[in-house]
Amino acid sequence: MGSLLQVVFDALSLGSLYALGALGIALIFGVMRLVNFAHGDVIAFCVFALLWPSVDAVAIIFAGNLPWFLLIPFVLAIGAGLSVLSELLVFRRFRRANPATMMIASFALGFVIRYFLLMLFSSRPKSISLLPELSQPIEVLGARIPLLQLITILVTIAVLFGLTAFLRRTRFGLEMRAAAENFTMARMLGVRANRVIMGAFALSGALAAAIALILGSQTGTANIMMGANVMLMAFIATVIGGMGSLPGAVLAGFLIGAVATVMQVILPPDARAFRDAFVYAAVILVLIFRPQGILAARGTKERV
Amino acid sequence: MARSVIRRSIATPVLLSLLLVAFALVAWAAGSKPFNQTIIDIFLKVIFVVGLWVFIGNSGVISFGHTAFACLGGYVAAWTTIKPMLKGTSMPGLPDWLMQTEIPYWAAAAVGAGWAALWALIFGAVLMRLSGIAASIATFAMLAMVNSIYSNWESVTAATSSVVGIPIVRSVWPYLIAAILAVVVAWAYGISRYGLALRAARDEPTAAAASGVDIPRMRLIAFVVSGAIMGMGGALYANSIGIVTPDTFYLGLTFITLSMLVVGGMGSLSGAVLGVLILSTLIQVLRWLEAGVKIGTSTFALPGGVQEIALGAVMILILMFRPAGIMGNRELTLPRAGSDKPGRAGPNI
Repeated sequence: MGSLLQVVFDALSLGSLYALGALGIALIFGVMRLVNFAHGDVIAFCVFALLWPSVDAVAIIFAGNLPWFLLIPFVLAIGAGLSVLSELLVFRRFRRANPATMMIASFALGFVIRYFLLMLFSSRPKSISLLPELSQPIEVLGARIPLLQLITILVTIAVLFGLTAFLRRTRFGLEMRAAAENFTMARMLGVRANRVIMGAFALSGALAAAIALILGSQTGTANIMMGANVMLMAFIATVIGGMGSLPGAVLAGFLIGAVATVMQVILPPDARAFRDAFVYAAVILVLIFRPQGILAARGTKERV
Repeated sequence: MARSVIRRSIATPVLLSLLLVAFALVAWAAGSKPFNQTIIDIFLKVIFVVGLWVFIGNSGVISFGHTAFACLGGYVAAWTTIKPMLKGTSMPGLPDWLMQTEIPYWAAAAVGAGWAALWALIFGAVLMRLSGIAASIATFAMLAMVNSIYSNWESVTAATSSVVGIPIVRSVWPYLIAAILAVVVAWAYGISRYGLALRAARDEPTAAAASGVDIPRMRLIAFVVSGAIMGMGGALYANSIGIVTPDTFYLGLTFITLSMLVVGGMGSLSGAVLGVLILSTLIQVLRWLEAGVKIGTSTFALPGGVQEIALGAVMILILMFRPAGIMGNRELTLPRAGSDKPGRAGPNI
């Protein structure tokens, strides 16, 4: 019973990470059809924002020493700021470009961010201790769960409810949903495009920062490649969930987390190293039967 | 009809091949070892980028996954060209017949192309059903999947440690021939009925589908052809440096080849080749600056990583101000007398 519960918690916390990532990608895709390949590098940037630039193996903690009630808003602001900055400097010029061009531009931007970090911090992983008090385990119904896992799940649930409320109850959320549905029409009806797009970027960046905090305290290392894996899974989640569908992205994120965790348990030990390969294979299987994703968003079907 | 298409567009592969031959002659005349290696590297990039162009240029679908086929080809070279004695220690899990095989590098390149084409067929059968953007992301997943398998399959690929002992081919000529072969295959594909149908589907998907073009099938053909070219390039790449690791064929190579294609112009074969030549020159200059230049008494060196940042910035700027790349959709052709449309001779391949 305890071990089963453990698996459930593992699946939920891994799924939470993927769901948060997928949400950050789907938000931007929804308003401007941009597949943001720089998202993973925004995650890495947020972790490195806590360190002072140095190429030594030992990390010099800088902002990471702040108390948690300052640290968390600081990281969220960094993520949102970097994301908005990328919109202002780069993506704004691509509003009229086709999605493929924007996608390559974001890929290039991600590389620029990553090598900027490499220039300042070198490519060696650094060990950091971020919010160490979260790694102690607590007892839940006979299973020992790291406190961080519980917090990850609770935070994700809170973010999901908060975001739903924001999108459904506020004017800004309404504008954002309208823009995601039909951008041109929304503009004609008085939705301010720049504000909505900036809002989406800021939200997406803050979500990336949340992932950065969770990953940083979970792994205890800062690595310039640390966002890549989550980003890839998050991308896959947005494809499986149906491009541009927010509930689909979240659902698929949790689904992938569950599949990955279950595979970790049921695969024979020799095959465990290939877990991610099996997950990708499962994804491809899903796409054979539902090429448009689980919950295909309205309006993404190409019109003639 | 077919002959006139060939006659109208043959100038492009011929000019591009002459350009490559010129590079090879310069390397041969210079006779310096590092320069020779640089030219070999340029030819390999030409193979990769032309391979990318066959799919991306003709279908308009961005693929982030073609480096995976280079990886497949590169390991074929490792499996088949390393001396059997050496193979036993680094890759003990190979089946017996493969363990005993030792073939020359050119045969390995051909086998690598075939192996990559086979996997392109298998992956493509699934991926080509997806719509453009979803297909792009799925090709990224394919790359990650291949990388994850090759980084973990200890007994067959030596996992993340490098596989050494691949015979090194230092002459530029084999690479030149392979690069020209890639250009000719790409051109021939481009003017074939499959290439034409795919470009029609790229520009006007609805009209093309209504005219009887089976878009997923056309994309699959391009995917397999480009996979084969990438596989050949990957095998030769392994023979040029003598070692392979899974990370040789991962995001770094994907980024560089894709930026070369974008800068040159995705819609044109000449653009693919010129993009390689231009960006390779830029990379060389940046490498040289990173290594340090003496100005007067002080040494001036750029910090590491500037090379990639500059490449990324160039790529973004090109996309902003010239989204169709340097060549746009045009090809290098000879100026033709009596052409009724000056400046746009030959079909748009």
